Amino acid sequence: MGAKSLVYHSLLIAWKDLMELFRNRIMLLMLVLMPLLMMTMAGFMFPSSTSISEVSVAIVNQDEGYASSKLIATLEALNSNKGLMTLTNASSLDEIRSLIQAGEVDGGIVIASNFTSSLMNGKQGDIIIVSDQTNPQMSLILEIALKEVFEQMGTMLAQQNVVEFPSVNSSNSLALVKPYNVQTEGAVVGDFTYFDFIAPGLMAMTVMMSVMTGLPAAISHEREVGTLDGMMVAPVNRLSVIVGKTLAQTARGMLQGTIILVLAVVLFGITIHGNILLIFVLLLLGVFSFVGLGVVITSFAKDQETAMMAMMGLMFPMMLLSGVFFPIQQMPWYMQSISKALPLTYTATALRKVMVLGAGIPMIATELAVLIGFGVVMTLIAVPVFKRAITK
Amino acid sequence: MCASDSWMFLTKTQLVYNLVNDVMIETRNLTKKFSKLTAVDHVSFSVKKGEIFGLLGPNGAGKTTTIRMLATLTKPTEGSAAIGGFDVVKRDNEVRKLLGLVSEKIIMYDRLTARENLWFFGRLYDIPEEVLKKRIDELLGLVQLINWKSSQVGTFSSGMRQRMNVIRALLNMPEVLLLDEPTLGLDPQSSVEVREFVKKINRENKTTIILTTHMMVEADMLCDRIGIIDHGKIVALDTSSNLKKLVSGVNTTVIELEIANLTTKIISLIQSQECVSSISQSGSTHIKVHASGDEAFDTIIDTIRTEKGKIVSAKNLEPTLEDVFLQITGHEVRDKADQKVPMRTHRRFQLKSRVR
Repeated sequence: MGAKSLVYHSLLIAWKDLMELFRNRIMLLMLVLMPLLMMTMAGFMFPSSTSISEVSVAIVNQDEGYASSKLIATLEALNSNKGLMTLTNASSLDEIRSLIQAGEVDGGIVIASNFTSSLMNGKQGDIIIVSDQTNPQMSLILEIALKEVFEQMGTMLAQQNVVEFPSVNSSNSLALVKPYNVQTEGAVVGDFTYFDFIAPGLMAMTVMMSVMTGLPAAISHEREVGTLDGMMVAPVNRLSVIVGKTLAQTARGMLQGTIILVLAVVLFGITIHGNILLIFVLLLLGVFSFVGLGVVITSFAKDQETAMMAMMGLMFPMMLLSGVFFPIQQMPWYMQSISKALPLTYTATALRKVMVLGAGIPMIATELAVLIGFGVVMTLIAVPVFKRAITK
Repeated sequence: MCASDSWMFLTKTQLVYNLVNDVMIETRNLTKKFSKLTAVDHVSFSVKKGEIFGLLGPNGAGKTTTIRMLATLTKPTEGSAAIGGFDVVKRDNEVRKLLGLVSEKIIMYDRLTARENLWFFGRLYDIPEEVLKKRIDELLGLVQLINWKSSQVGTFSSGMRQRMNVIRALLNMPEVLLLDEPTLGLDPQSSVEVREFVKKINRENKTTIILTTHMMVEADMLCDRIGIIDHGKIVALDTSSNLKKLVSGVNTTVIELEIANLTTKIISLIQSQECVSSISQSGSTHIKVHASGDEAFDTIIDTIRTEKGKIVSAKNLEPTLEDVFLQITGHEVRDKADQKVPMRTHRRFQLKSRVR
């Protein structure tokens, strides 16, 4: 049993597994559908600036003056261009609250009764934005959108006021009222959507999930059906069985990863700034860093169901804590330290750096080192555990 | 079973002795314990080269576990076993090269074709490609499956699958064939085919075979010697005919008769014969007579003839292995046998796997 036959047997087992996979039509279909669904859902589920429209807003105008009616008119004019909101009238703040509670509107605006008079007297006019707290994403968006609207209107109003001073001409009047114009700019030039953030993480996650659920399922399935004995009774190194199965599952995962990548580029218009080869290397490394744990779980799980349950139990926290969907930086410190113990975090971060920022190997050296470290330690634990478990 | 039972492990001298005496398989105090239960309890036997050895017992008796230990799939808790002079634990890889295993579950991948399956397993044994190609065709021809070689095994009937299962074990031309319930779940015709095939392999290749079964008929038909195993222990071990003698003396005759005009007079006349030990009537025309002595059969027939009894049929019943089992263990082999249902590879139909 030299190294040569170890490699040959591993490849043979991988070939066998892949043949089984490719002859399974439903499985094959799922292989393509899963990434598509994940990508679409994750992409559209989370808001981006263009995705919000037709937010229904109730307006209460307690002021009778000209300023408030002008404000509403501007709001309507702005809105007719963007289609951002659907405006309805309401009588009081309490009515808005009950409308929100009834789920009829997403938010409301209250213009205070002294709005015009305050403005006339050179004071600031009061406007209250009411938002639905049960829907944090929506209320956040509403606040941002309304603030933007009011800011624009305020600026326009001020511009008008300034023009009325004879000494100032209209071209520099904006500068006079609003000397600062802040714009956000990313590190790399181009438009960014939530897809850009999510695609690398989603890729890392899908590949890993595919291997992690596939490996225990494949081994314990064969154990249950009895075919594992067929391999075990042959003069084959036990290592070949894990290596072969891992190879097959990795190939499957990489295929899914590629599908995601293609979908991300073709359907969601993501630009890949880094080296594609490096992306695949990172995905492989991600699998390697984690495969040991999968093998350990396989060794302990007696049947397929247990293996799947254990794997799912691990996958879900990983999904949420590894910064695939939400940036790690927004988590509390203790969650962040859990994140740092998960290999998926490093795969996702490194992939994001490469795909979005176009980083090269030196810039992701830390992540690479951590992933290799994880992989080596896990494998060193997994191999003896598996060998022992398989000949109970 | 040579030497004393105090031997826990097979020594080198013992192994050499085995080789000289053509002992192919030897177990000594082979024991397997699972957390609570002792599945195999100090089992010792030896099987000669070319012999068909049967392990007969109900399900849960420890047959499969014994086979699995011999097949290097499970490590014994205690005791040892050797195949072809190699210890199954220390020299497992050498043992594997000698072995062919027909498990009670079908070791075949449903989505691969017959040829691909055999190719896969053959290459695991490092059989050179050219040799393997020829052998696959030969084996498929041998079990009349050559026309299905490019069909996926999942589409096969269970008889075909079991035939595939058997030839898979023959790919490496094993010196020892371990058959675990080879006819389980097969219809009578397929069972006969598989049995014939097993006999043929044994005859032609001098293959040593260990076979487990809970079917008395099968053990009786195939095995040179039979070990009756119950609750993990071998309770009797001998040839089939010797085992049957345990139940009945050599001279006992059991006759089942159907007499068209059966009368109480005939019955009492038979009963009065010296050789007859007991008589029982079932139905209006059937009687069963236990008698002893060389001429018992003739005497009984003569008695009936003198009374003008019309004998429709007469059956000379031999004691069966069932009787042997009953006699030795005190319970019938069917007690537990009915619980086993053939395993399907289809997951929906899968039963909970048993404790091994």
